[in-house]
Amino acid sequence: MHQLIISAAAEGDVNPLIPNGWEMLVVFVGFAILFFIVVKYVVPMFEKTFAERAEAIEGGIAKAEKAQAEASAALEEYKQQLTDARTEANRIREEARAEGAQILADLKEKAAAESARITAQAHAQIESERQAAVVSLRSEVGTLATTLAGRIVGESLDDDARASRVVDRFLADLESQNAGAAK
Amino acid sequence: MHLPAILPWGAAEGFSKQMLLVLLSVVFIAVFFVLAARKQQLVPGKLQFAGEAAYGFVRNGIAKDIIGGRDFIKYVPLLFSLFFFILVNNIYGAIPVFQLPTFSHVGGAYVLAGLVYVTWIAIGIKKNGLRYFKLATVPSGVPWYILPIVIPIEIISNFVVRPVTHSLRLFATMLAGHLIVMIAGSGIEYLIMQENFLLKGTSLLVLAGAIAMYMLEALIMVLQAYVFTLLTAIYIEGALHADSH
Repeated sequence: MHQLIISAAAEGDVNPLIPNGWEMLVVFVGFAILFFIVVKYVVPMFEKTFAERAEAIEGGIAKAEKAQAEASAALEEYKQQLTDARTEANRIREEARAEGAQILADLKEKAAAESARITAQAHAQIESERQAAVVSLRSEVGTLATTLAGRIVGESLDDDARASRVVDRFLADLESQNAGAAK
Repeated sequence: MHLPAILPWGAAEGFSKQMLLVLLSVVFIAVFFVLAARKQQLVPGKLQFAGEAAYGFVRNGIAKDIIGGRDFIKYVPLLFSLFFFILVNNIYGAIPVFQLPTFSHVGGAYVLAGLVYVTWIAIGIKKNGLRYFKLATVPSGVPWYILPIVIPIEIISNFVVRPVTHSLRLFATMLAGHLIVMIAGSGIEYLIMQENFLLKGTSLLVLAGAIAMYMLEALIMVLQAYVFTLLTAIYIEGALHADSH
């Protein structure tokens, strides 16, 4: 190979800065063909793919954003429903409590009425019994007093008509005295 | 290891190995990217993924970052074609059978830099009208008494030196790398032919050096494709936003 260089150097007068016209033409034509192919096919095809890919990615992002929005809307709805349900439950509880209180009050009232009625009945009974006792006492006391007075006076007071007249008069005096005292 | 030149180096006419490689590079790039882009799916396969990564590197890493704005996409085809055309043509130098970075012949670099030169000037005029030349050469905020010095410098640096450096940077790095690898190769060949055992042995040192240079060269091949495309994007951006510079 060194012979090649030596022979090239031996030619000597070849200045490497002087171009070969045919080589220039070939480079020009070759580059023009390449440039044409690049402009016509390569760049448009690559740019198309780039644009499509960008679109696909952006579309995917938009879709994801939509899904996100839907999900948050649903979440909001569920939260709203939950709040509603809680309010409803509270309301029902309050109602129940109020109702319970109402029932309790009613019962209390009823019991009070009943007890009042029982008390009244008892009072009436007691009153009638007292009355009966008073009546029986009156006759018994009369009898006893007549017997006692008969013994003391020594005179029989067995005559019923007279005796009861005396007793009645005595009692009437007694009552009128009582009434006077009470006044 | 080295395809013979169809016609010797410097031959003024005829179909050379360099020309064959240029046309092959067009076929490689076109076939690869059309295959990668043909069956487009939202979830890419391996080939499509590789194609998209390569396309996205130029589209986002160069065009979008440097030019920006809303209409950077208009310049993606040019930058994309430039980057992969130069990349493949450079990488030839690192592939054993091809072994010729085609831009080590200066013509191709002139053509590409010339195309870029015409492109950014056209963009500047289209965007700003003829006022573009004033915007590009008269920097704002410079005191008037410095202008006589600054304006010629701006004219020379923007409109004369720029395309020259743009093309020669690519060409020179490729030629130098190619020469170094070739010289190392011939050096090894020469040393190994020697009768002296020690001289024979030194060929191993040269081999180690040649491998290191080869790696460096491969790096530079990729880097120069990137630099060329990056500078193109910077020139276009400068032409687009000449009024704010």
